[in-house]
Amino acid sequence: MSADRIPDPIAEGLARGWKVRDGATLAEDLQLTADVVIVGTGAGGGMAAETLAQAGLDVILLEEGGLHSSRDFRLDEARAYPALYQESANRKTADKGITILQGRTVGGSTVVNWTTSFRTPADTLAWWRTHHGLTDLTEAALAPWFDAAEARVGVADWQADPNPNNAVIERGCQALGYGFGRIRRNVRGCWNLGYCGMGCPTNAKQSMLVTTLPAALDRGARLLTRVRAERLLMSPDRQRVEAVLGQALAADGMTPTGRSVRIRAREVILAGGAIGTPALLLRSGAPDPWLRTGARTFLHPVALSGAVFGTRIEPYSGAPQTVYSDHFLHTQPVDGPLGYKLEAPPVHPLILAATLSGFGEDYRRLMTSMPHLNVLLALLRDGFHPHSPGGQVRLRADGTPLLDYPLTDAVWDGVRRSWLTMAEVQFAAGARQVLPVHEQAHPVSTLAEARRMIAELPLVSGLARIVSAHVMGGAAMSVRPEEGVVDSLGRHWQLDNLTIVDGSVFPTSIGANPQVSVYAFALRAASAVRHRMKA
Amino acid sequence: MRLSRRQLLQAGVAGSLVLAGGGWLAASRKTLPRPGGLRFLTADDAVVVSVLAPVLLGIPEVPRAAVVAGVDAAVLSLPRPVQAEVRELFDVLAHPLGRRWLAGLRDDWREATPQALSGFLGRWQTSRLALLRSGFQALHSLIGAAWYGQPASWEAIGYRQPQHVMERLP
Repeated sequence: MSADRIPDPIAEGLARGWKVRDGATLAEDLQLTADVVIVGTGAGGGMAAETLAQAGLDVILLEEGGLHSSRDFRLDEARAYPALYQESANRKTADKGITILQGRTVGGSTVVNWTTSFRTPADTLAWWRTHHGLTDLTEAALAPWFDAAEARVGVADWQADPNPNNAVIERGCQALGYGFGRIRRNVRGCWNLGYCGMGCPTNAKQSMLVTTLPAALDRGARLLTRVRAERLLMSPDRQRVEAVLGQALAADGMTPTGRSVRIRAREVILAGGAIGTPALLLRSGAPDPWLRTGARTFLHPVALSGAVFGTRIEPYSGAPQTVYSDHFLHTQPVDGPLGYKLEAPPVHPLILAATLSGFGEDYRRLMTSMPHLNVLLALLRDGFHPHSPGGQVRLRADGTPLLDYPLTDAVWDGVRRSWLTMAEVQFAAGARQVLPVHEQAHPVSTLAEARRMIAELPLVSGLARIVSAHVMGGAAMSVRPEEGVVDSLGRHWQLDNLTIVDGSVFPTSIGANPQVSVYAFALRAASAVRHRMKA
Repeated sequence: MRLSRRQLLQAGVAGSLVLAGGGWLAASRKTLPRPGGLRFLTADDAVVVSVLAPVLLGIPEVPRAAVVAGVDAAVLSLPRPVQAEVRELFDVLAHPLGRRWLAGLRDDWREATPQALSGFLGRWQTSRLALLRSGFQALHSLIGAAWYGQPASWEAIGYRQPQHVMERLP
């Protein structure tokens, strides 16, 4: 095989003269002006940056994380998690009941997501129209934005066979008569490796890092990395944002260097993610007369089930997510008992070690069975059931965000049902043993045993392992100021020149992996900003 | 499951110890030396990690120094407020009162038998007290991640990185 090195488009762009500055190396405070300042460079920030830079506007991007590219992506968890994730992939809710995976690097979560590409489901949009009054959000009206987003990041059917970890869903659902489908992915020339979560080493994943951000930088946009947006400075009448104040961070990505950045701009766009954006508004004391900022933050809480097979699964190898089942999203009304989407996560040693329950010999034995291990996840659709109001973003004493997300009975009920479904699917696919990820569970060999055990497992934070990779809400779209934070184009109800383009604008969870939803809504909102600025 | 009188008493002790953890326990230990190369863990913390690692991982022969170094690095990559919580956890564990009343270990960490250490982990793992459960979770994920994040652990679990890619990385 040829030993040609994989190219690094970021190094090439920097060599071409991109205007990128690393906050860690700032020797003096900066005062900058631009047409638009965008806080955050993930799914929303990336799409907005390209849209506005292409319109000839002068754009500055602020990013809390560092600039990491394919030359840094070494397929190594111990390097990737601290460099690329919020809180080293160990961000927790206030009671530590849920571990949250969120990106924190140039390109945001799109650099570390698993390329799973779904549009906003029709029943979610219908709920937003009927229960949140967002009548303009019809499928027909949104279709052009989804089309544009998917074209931009190369969303297409995945042609290769699912890896054995995903094939479990297909085989199990087929045997049980549950519906399932193949997942579309945002990749071009993918090597089918399975390391999407550590940054794509081959630049095949069409994250913001290799698509919209290079396009914006080629158009002259400026990027400041390792600068944390600290505060929005309001005009005296508190109807506009006059400037964004940022704090430069040292190379460790955490310690403020003491240097500050002040950016004045006509329009301000927030895309710091559904924890970061509400936190920035709260730190800034932004107008919030109806106390909606940070409220109704959703997570798609995820329950997990492991299964040991006689055959090799190698869940660390091959495209991470290629098969799903929405069967249990449709077995009850959208606001009934929580529905869930079934998928399979990629499994690598460090994340498995941190996520598996138990200790000692049982734990070692499960770790040793990794090549034969299948893991399924059930992503619970929160925010529709009346007793699933989500969480609240608040601030710690030092100003950093903390999400308080109490796990309600309605959520726990979904967790228990989903463990049983996953066990059913895993046994139907030929599993020898199944283990719901819970500190008091043990591996069982029959579905009957699984049913008995799952019925008895105490539903308690810190016993059941619950994770999340999808943070949504907290600055919701609404038709009236008293019901949300922004209008249906992402424009802040009280601050005229502030637009939000990340997952925080969703009034409920999406009910599917949200990247394509964020792209489409960001394109739509950024296009409105562009028209306003050109007018 | 009801809390026994003894558990309630312990809960009281737990509460006050943890409240105090950021205060006098920490203050009394601020000046403790750190073994070579460590930046977060003190010598006492390192003992706690190195005796717990083989029991928690189920690997008696695990290279303890490597796990200690891994835990040290992992904590340093966490945000300050979370580091402060880990600091309190280790301060409580390494303090004789915390060890005796919260970890339930009569003997010093160095002298504790694997059975006694395993008993401690099991009690915290499924404790009625959220605080102790989260203490177990912290030890579990720090020690688990510290070991299985290292290539030295991979052969035993049949894992390897794809070589054909590794040699073409830029």
